Amino acid sequence: MIKVEDLHKSFNGVDVLKGVSLEVKEGELLALIGRSGYGKSVLLKHVAGLLRPDRGRVLVDDQDMCRLRGRELIRVRNRLGFLFQSGALFDSMTVLDNVAFPLREKTRLSEQEIRKKVMVELEQVGLLGSEEKYPSQISGGMVKRASLARALVEEPEIMLIDEPTTGLDPLTGHTILNLIDACHKRLEFSGIVVTHEVPKIFEIVNKVVMLHEGRVIFIGTPEEILSSEDETVQTFVAAGAEWLTHAAAVYPPMLQRRKKDIHAL
Amino acid sequence: MEFITKIGKGTLRQILKMGRMGIFLAKSISCCATPPIKVQLVLKQIQFIGYQSLLVIFLTGAFTGMVLGYQGFNTLSRFGSDAFLGPMVGLALIKEMGPVISALMVTGRAGSSITAEIGIMRISEQIDALQLMGLSPYRYLVAPNFIAAVISVPLLTAIFDVVGIFGGYLIGVKLLGVSSGVYFGEMMSYVEMEDVLEGLFKSLNFGLIIAWVCCFKGYYTGYYTGFGAEGVSTATTQAVVLSSVLILVWDYFLTSTQLFV
Repeated sequence: MIKVEDLHKSFNGVDVLKGVSLEVKEGELLALIGRSGYGKSVLLKHVAGLLRPDRGRVLVDDQDMCRLRGRELIRVRNRLGFLFQSGALFDSMTVLDNVAFPLREKTRLSEQEIRKKVMVELEQVGLLGSEEKYPSQISGGMVKRASLARALVEEPEIMLIDEPTTGLDPLTGHTILNLIDACHKRLEFSGIVVTHEVPKIFEIVNKVVMLHEGRVIFIGTPEEILSSEDETVQTFVAAGAEWLTHAAAVYPPMLQRRKKDIHAL
Repeated sequence: MEFITKIGKGTLRQILKMGRMGIFLAKSISCCATPPIKVQLVLKQIQFIGYQSLLVIFLTGAFTGMVLGYQGFNTLSRFGSDAFLGPMVGLALIKEMGPVISALMVTGRAGSSITAEIGIMRISEQIDALQLMGLSPYRYLVAPNFIAAVISVPLLTAIFDVVGIFGGYLIGVKLLGVSSGVYFGEMMSYVEMEDVLEGLFKSLNFGLIIAWVCCFKGYYTGYYTGFGAEGVSTATTQAVVLSSVLILVWDYFLTSTQLFV
């Protein structure tokens, strides 16, 4: 469904992506991990057609995103949902108006039908009761959930999710990831999730790709990355798992309670 | 050698920017001229650019007219021509000061706000979100401002002219003793419909300039300015300055064209 072929991109003479290739099959959810500043969000924006590469191709259902213009680009984007790192909610609109916006502008549904769909979506993300609030009046976690609802309200075939848990507390972060997992199971979209939430993300994705210094150094399943012998991969994954191990060693009862809370959400 | 390279690069950058501004103008006009037009957004912007500028237009119009009344009387009475105060105030306001000062006031009040709003949307990725929904940011953000400015600025100019003429009347007639009949009578003799249309045509052009420059600067925040709040602030300042300068420069060209046609 999504194919990235030998992607190269530089900004002001600095190479950010140096020949990245990856593939996402239909229904597959791929985690894109790696250290900050190594081009993960840049790669995601190429898939969305927001950036054009210096070299290489990005194919969405065999259509080259780099060559598409006008109506053809819009047709592909109508199948995409994008969750921005900052949420990118329209700050002059309420949560309800934000989530309803794509339906009001792109469909012929009546206001009643739109409202019904929006309320169902808000219930799925746990935002019932906050629909009349503005983005500045809700927390960071609620902004992410509202953005997720807006991205999913049109039932996209492809989801691109950019660091959904950045800036959130661990509990809220896990809530968001569990929501993404639930939505993926419900809507069966293909997607890429850029995240630092290691190893939690391995529970919800089918494939993992790790970027390091603009290159892909690992492609495989979550099980394979946990048994990878590459030192860079091991260091990155271990860093994420380290605090869990420490917490388990020092505070076992608290960690058990927390695990139960997270799964209950 | 490095100095010459820098001049060359700087020149190329400016030409690229001018080209981008030209393309932006063409895309915006195309969105204004083709459906669907977002009527609700246009009305909202007319309310913002037009209605909410009324107070500042009233004040500046009144005081401009009053100053013209004083200065006009003072100058004309040296030649024994104070009877022509009415046409002097009328023509100065209708042909020149009304369109220019109204446009400068709207630039400062509404133009800067438009740049800031669109700039903040740019840096917070709201414009990207709009594009990724398959919707045109030109239709939602730019075209409503273009249409609203082209409607509002001439109307505000007309109000400015009326208030200014009345301001001149207050000073000239009530304070300085010019006859009321002479003030308006001479004005009607010397101010023609052609003069009014010239003034309104100028204000229409200025409305277009305000929308074009302010929307462009907001839309490309981060490309030609820094990022973040500082980028928005720089873009807003640049928008007001460029818009004001272009209004004055274009006013000169329009005036020279109108006088010789």
